[in-house]
This record gives sequence, C-alpha cells and structure tokens, in this order.
Amino acid sequence: MAEVEETLKRIQSHKGVMGTMVVNAEGIPIRTTLDNSTTVQYAGLLHQLTMKAKSTVRDIDPQNDLTFLRIRSKKHEIMVAPDKEYLLIVIQNPCE
Amino acid sequence: MAPKSQKQKSTGGYKRAKPILPDREEVEPVTMESMGHPEIYPLVLTTQTQEIFNCRIDEDVTDEKPYKLIKKEDILADFKNRAAVSDFYPVKKVIQEYPGDDLLVVYDKDFRYGLNFYLIGTEEGKENYLNRPEVPEEQEEYKEHTSEDLYIYKPPISKPWVSLGSEKEIDEESVKESAKQITYMISRKRSEFGAPVKFRDQNASSVKDAYIECTAYPDKNFIVKQLEKDVGMQVVPKVKDTSTQTRWTYPQNASTQYYPREFSEEEKEIFGQSKPLIDFLNNASISVEIALQQNEIMNTFIDDWKCLAEEEGTFGDKTDTHLKEYQSFTDLHNLTENMVTSVSWHPTIYGLIAVSVAVRLSLEDRVHFSGKLLLQPSLILFWSFSDPIHPQLMLESPDDIFCFKFCPSDPNIIAGGCINGQIVLWDITAHADRIENIKTGGSRSKKATLKPMFLLEPDSNKEAMYIRHCAVSSIENGHKKVITDIHWLSDTFEINRMGSVFENRNGICCQLVTCSADCTICFWDIRSQKALTPPPIEKKKEESIEIPFDVPSTFLHLDLSWKPLIKIRLSKGETSLDHCPTKISLSEDHLLYKAQDKILAQSKVVKAGEMNPYHNLEGALANNLKPIEDFCTKFFVGTEEGGVIYTDWKMERDPETGRLMAKKPVSLYAVHDGAVHTVQRSPFYKDIILTIGGWNLAIWKEGITTGPLLQSCCAPKRYTAGHWSLTRPGVFYIGREDGYMDIWDLLEKTHEPAQSQNICITMITYIKPWTFTAKQQFIAIADYYGTLHILEIPWTLSHPSTNEASSMSYYFEREVKHLEYVEQRKKIREQEKKEMELELEKKKTKTYQKSKEQMEAELKADYDNYLELEKNTLINLGLIKVPETMSFMELM
Repeated sequence: MAEVEETLKRIQSHKGVMGTMVVNAEGIPIRTTLDNSTTVQYAGLLHQLTMKAKSTVRDIDPQNDLTFLRIRSKKHEIMVAPDKEYLLIVIQNPCE
Repeated sequence: MAPKSQKQKSTGGYKRAKPILPDREEVEPVTMESMGHPEIYPLVLTTQTQEIFNCRIDEDVTDEKPYKLIKKEDILADFKNRAAVSDFYPVKKVIQEYPGDDLLVVYDKDFRYGLNFYLIGTEEGKENYLNRPEVPEEQEEYKEHTSEDLYIYKPPISKPWVSLGSEKEIDEESVKESAKQITYMISRKRSEFGAPVKFRDQNASSVKDAYIECTAYPDKNFIVKQLEKDVGMQVVPKVKDTSTQTRWTYPQNASTQYYPREFSEEEKEIFGQSKPLIDFLNNASISVEIALQQNEIMNTFIDDWKCLAEEEGTFGDKTDTHLKEYQSFTDLHNLTENMVTSVSWHPTIYGLIAVSVAVRLSLEDRVHFSGKLLLQPSLILFWSFSDPIHPQLMLESPDDIFCFKFCPSDPNIIAGGCINGQIVLWDITAHADRIENIKTGGSRSKKATLKPMFLLEPDSNKEAMYIRHCAVSSIENGHKKVITDIHWLSDTFEINRMGSVFENRNGICCQLVTCSADCTICFWDIRSQKALTPPPIEKKKEESIEIPFDVPSTFLHLDLSWKPLIKIRLSKGETSLDHCPTKISLSEDHLLYKAQDKILAQSKVVKAGEMNPYHNLEGALANNLKPIEDFCTKFFVGTEEGGVIYTDWKMERDPETGRLMAKKPVSLYAVHDGAVHTVQRSPFYKDIILTIGGWNLAIWKEGITTGPLLQSCCAPKRYTAGHWSLTRPGVFYIGREDGYMDIWDLLEKTHEPAQSQNICITMITYIKPWTFTAKQQFIAIADYYGTLHILEIPWTLSHPSTNEASSMSYYFEREVKHLEYVEQRKKIREQEKKEMELELEKKKTKTYQKSKEQMEAELKADYDNYLELEKNTLINLGLIKVPETMSFMELM
C-alpha cells in the first residue's frame, strides 16, 4: 500500500507533472491525483486509445507489443505505460 | 272506396275477352302480403260503421287501446242489414272463414296500411297482437323505416297504349320480306345418288365456253394514290408508375444517460494491496520517469528557427530608433508666457489633442500680477493636426488648470483641476460636431496666410470659440490648494461615503478622485447629492447668478455647491505636517491608451444620442446595493517630499470620536529626492507601477512591501516627466529638465537609459504617447515654454519584439525573487553578525581567564626554561662543572 503511494508520489513530484493515475484493464480508475470527472474522462479515452495502439502494433507484427505511448499536444504531454492488467497515465507540462 | 271501383273497372275491362271475372263476392281482398303481414286487411270504417260497432275514433278506440274486438255475428248481421254498403264487405270472405268469434279491428291512426282501420284476419295474428302489444309497435316502427325504403307494391294497372311515334321506327328497323318467297323443288332419281365419279382433264382453251374467266383489270378506283393522310395523333407523356418497398432509415435522436463505472473505496484499497499492482508500478514507473526526465531536460519539439525569427513585415527602417518630429503647436495669441501643465489626447477623434496652459509665474509673481491675471482667461486648447495655428476649441476656466481628464465614457465631458483648488467641468456636446469634422476643414487653414501675432485681432479668430465651463466645485468644501491630479473612476464601480465599493449600475463614469497640495484626497460624485436640508442661503445665491444661455445645464445641480463625497487626509501621524500628494494611481485606472474602435465609439455615441446619461444624471446610488467585498481599495500616492505611499480609501469609524477617519497608510517609502511627478501603472501589468521623482525613478510591484523592484541611480539631470510606452512592456519615456528625453528599455539596460534624444530647449513638463493605428504612434511632449511637440515613434520603439511581454514578466519575477533573496540575505547576515559578535565576546572572555591561571604557569615554565638555558650555556662555556653530586647519587 505504502509502496504504491510512494511510487506515485515520486512520479507526481517531477517537474511539470499535472496528474497521475492508475487505471485497471477495463478503464476504471484505481488511483488518481486529479478530480473525479477529469480522471474518468482520461481513463475512458486513453484506455480505448491504448487498446487501439496495441492492436495496431500487434497487427503489423504479432511478435511485437506496445511498451509505451506518448501523446504530445500543444499544451502538455500524456504518457501511458500499459500492462496486461493496468495502465499508468501521467500528464506532464513540458514547456515552462 | 278505391279498391272497389278498381275492381269494377277491371271486371268491366275483361268482360269482352274472357269471362274470367269471378263473382263479385269472391273478390280477393287486398292484404298486406307485400308487407309481410298477410293477415292484415286494411279497412275503411265510416263513422256510421264506427257507431254501430262502437269503435269510434278517440272514444272507444284510443291511442292506448287502438284495437277493438268485434263479434263475428255482429259483422254478419251488418252484412245482412247493409249488404254491399257495409264497410266490412271487402273482407267478407275473410270474416266468413274466420274461425274465432271475435275479430280484431285495429285503428290505424297513421294510415300505415293505407286506410284508417285494419282487420287482423287470423287467430294467430290476433293472439300475437293482443299478447305482445309492444312488439307490434316495434314492428310497426321497423316497418315504418323499412316502408320508406321499400316501394309500396301497387299492382300494375293496364292502360290503353298511346302511340308516340315509336311504331314507325320499329317499322323502319324491322326486317320484312319484300319479295315473295319462291320455292323450288329439285328432284332426282334416287339410284343416281352415290354413283362412282370419274374425273378427266381437259384443256380449257380447246373447248369453247368451257370456262368463264374473270380476268384481272386495273380498277380505277385504286389508281389514285393517297399522298396525304390525315391521321389524328395524340402525344401522351409516357408515364410509368412503379413502386418499391424500401426500408427507410430515418434519423432519430437518441440519448443515453450513463455514469462511469467506479470502484468503491474498499476495492481501491484492495487494489492498493495487491501484488500485481505493485509489480506493475515498479516496472512502469521506470519508463515513465525516463520519459519525464527527457521532457525536463530538453523540449525536443521546439523549432529553433522559428523561435529565432522576429516578426516579419517590419515597417520602416529597423535601425531607425530616433523619434521624428511631426508637428508642434504653440499658442501665438496669448501674450503672457505660458507653460503647458497637462496634455491629453482626445479618446475618439484622430488628431485632436487638448492642452492645458498655465501662466509661468512663481507664487510671488502671481500675487504681484494678480490683477492682470484675472483679466486673462485660463484656457484648455484643442489642437488638431490639420491646423497648427488656430486651436479648434478653447475651454475657459476660472483659473489656471493644472490637470484635466476626458471622461472615458463620454469624451465630451472634461474635468479639470484648478490652481485654486476647484474642480471645473465642461460639457462640449454642443460643439462636438465641430471638432469631429476637422479633417475636412483643413483647407481653410492652408488658405489663411500667416499673420503676425499683433495684427491678429481676437475677432478674426472666428473658428475657435470660448466655451465656458459648466460647473465648478464648491470653494469652501473642496480643496484649498492647487489640485495636482485628477482621475475619473472606472464605470464599473462606485463608492459611497464610507469608501465601500458598489456596483455601478449607470454604466458611465460618474465619480472623480482628486488630490491636492492641501494634503487631502477627495472623491467626488457628479450626480446630484440629495441634500437633506438644503440651505436657503445657497439657493438664493443660485437664483441671483445668471447663467449664460450657451452653457449647457448638464451639471447645473453641481455648480458652486459641489461637495466631495469622501475627504481623506494624508496625515503623518501625530505631527501636524501631512503628506502632500502629487499624483495618485488607482488599481482600476481607466487610462485610455488608444483611439477606440470607431464602431464601438459610434455605438456609444448613438446610445448617448438617444438619451445622454450625463444629461439625466440620477441621484446617488441606491442604498439597497450590497457593497462588493473583496475589492482592492488601495492605491498609490506620490508625495511632494519624494515618498510613495500605499494607502486605502476605505473609511473607518474612529472609536473615540465616532467620525469617519481614513485608514492609516499601509506602507510608505521614501525613495525619491524630489517631488514625485509620475505614479503610473504599466499598461501591460496591473501591479507594476512606475514612480519618477527628483533624480531617480523606481518600479514597484503591488503587494511587495519590501521595496521597489528597481531603483535607478541618480541621473545627471532632474527628471520632470515620464510615461510608460503603450505598446512595449519594457519601455518608458522620461523627460528631463534640459529638454532631453530618455528612453529606457528594461530588456536592454536597467542601469541607464537606452537612448537619449533632444526635444526642445527647456524643461519637459508632460509626456503623453498615443496609438492611432498599429503603424502610427505619436508622443506628445509639452515643455515649459508652452509648446507642444508631437513626435512620431519609430517602428522599433513602438513594436514589441516577440516574447517581450513574457520576458518582462520574467524580469519582474526575478526582481521579486531578488528582493526576497536580499531580505533573506539580510537576515542571514544579521544572523552571521550576531554569531560573529558572540564569538568575539567569547574570545575576549577566554583570553581574560587565561591570564589569571595559566599566565603564572607559563611564567614559571618560562623561568624554568630560562634557568635551563643558563645552565647549559654556562656548562658549554666551561664555567660550571658538571655537578658530581649527581654521579654520587647515582652511585648511591
């Protein structure tokens, strides 16, 4: 329990990080640092996108698999680390 | 007796042909067979018969009981008595054959069966009728309906044929044998029938007349070829009707209300404990942190070329940073030597600038020449670019104006502060069209030749008119000394006597704030104050004053009786000396920096045209408005001694006296060496203030109480005027007393001005830049000799570089941090100082202690050492022998 919190806190303390969340395989958030509505929105959308990206990678080469997903937008960067059961989503504002 | 007569006729008719006619007495009575009631025989009963059988209408036989049972014997007796005359005669046969004794005769009121009575000829019918009297009624009703549809059967009566000419047609059409038919009989012997036949060939031409020929010949009837044929045609559009059945998908609005799936707290806890999650996080966080660090190190998506490039499309020469002289205005008509005290661009009209002039005399001289001064009017002149010689308008005021401002919501209202402490209001709505159409009137100035000043008579100056002021403030209640600064309060809020801020429902600027050399700051309201007890003396005074006809009555309610709303005295505490404010800067300053969009201005003017709010000023704010709570009521004041005060305008009640007292200033800084003449907020940052006074300038940030962000070192010449640049966040202009203008660029240099340019020969008294378009920016510089110079600002000075705003904000943040650092360092240094002192103290005490105890030991040690030294030296010299006692002792 403590370990989980500690890891998340460490990630959150990086410069520019706006929010961190852990989502399960169905897109239901488990841990989050943002408010509920934002979390739910991000979780739902990114979960679908991750599934799509994963299937894309595997369609091209079945031996391959998705390890990391980074979406860079004008305002910030969304990083998704997928797993079999969970998803770790971090939103960072890289520019000053 | 119709049936009877008919029967007679018919019998008569048929007599010739056949003796078919039966006996008269055996005539078939008429039944209602056709109507489905064969037992009903209609009868006509005359009144005589009715009397005989006691079935008089409406007496024996009524509506309730329309039937009468009549004995058969009676009827038979009647037959005998009256024979054929008897009414029952037609149904005699029926009656004779009737099995029962009583016959039922029913009164047929409605003549349903044709006659007024009818006889029911069978027992069954009688029973039916008597037993079910309602049903017959129904049946009758039903029959009535049906009888309307059914055709009442009347047997056809043969009539003699009337010829109407049809037999001729028949004759013509009929086929008759015209000729007599001839009969032929052909016979042959029977034996010759069926004999075998022999056929042989014969040439037709050999035997004569063996054949008859029918040769073909051209018939003339068929020679004529029909060349034209008249055929009728009808053009019909080919129409085809087909139909199919399709499935029409039509759009339908459907919505789903949903909520996301979420885990409860316990489930989240469980997840938190689960091992897979921990493992996952440990693995994932590695890559995530790498990615995060990458972003922190460098932004890989920056386009460096793009960031380097400056904005394209620079107008004009980039290297040119010099201000170019555009125009200059001097009032040539006034004979006295004037100086310009304040300059203001007209907010909406292009090329119009207003200048207030005052006489260039010291107090002593003013008193000396006071008589002369009274005769000359003090003016605010309106200059236009198109006419450098004649001012467009001249506003007259009772005394020299030292500061004035256009009202932001209506540029036709001008408020100015006088040298004697009065506020003067002008309303130039009546002359607004004159000044708006100045561009077109430029031609006349060209035609007019320059005449020397002394030749010009005041009358020839027809264009410019003297406009009298609308209202002045009350002399007793207002300021006592010169008004140094005047501002209009923003049209979004208004304040009351307590200093609480309310929402301004009027939408126009209706309050002013002034500060004066008598150490007070006053807030004024241009709406009429509802006086509780209007003093009668003042009323009389008002009546006696005749108001000239050409003065608008906008502010008549204020004239000479105008009192300030709030009066704040800037006291220095217990001493009688007070701060003398020279300039103030409010947080919601309504400085107009550029000509408003014409559309906006027009719309505002249109609104004003319908009902100019200034002409219908309502009373002061309604008391039912709630004050706005978290409004910043603090403002900066620059004083004559060179101090900058940050104070509050909210009044509080003094607990002892119960009067309204101004709050004590929040902070006071003595930074400048001379009077502060500029206290101005940056047009880009609401909390950055520039103060200029004496020989230096300072930049402040509202909220930072430790000191100014930037304080320049003393300049060689005194600063006398200053203004922020309107378009570049880091640039401001300062005028010096030798006629030079310093242009500071904080991004370039912060210790000295970036540029210095000579404008005129004398002290610069006022600087006011103005933006007309993105490419044209002017700066108005007024000097001590009464000349107004208009210069054009070059592109480099008017156009901000990219990121200038953000760089400037960075700079200010850094300065703030620097200040904080300095503060901290101060503390640290103090700490260090304290520590050092402590150490010194300790050292001192230590050495003191040392002398008492150790000094003796040291002395002793020294003495021992000396003795040893002496001994050794003597031994070395050979003067003292080595004592034998020692060896003797050792031996022993």
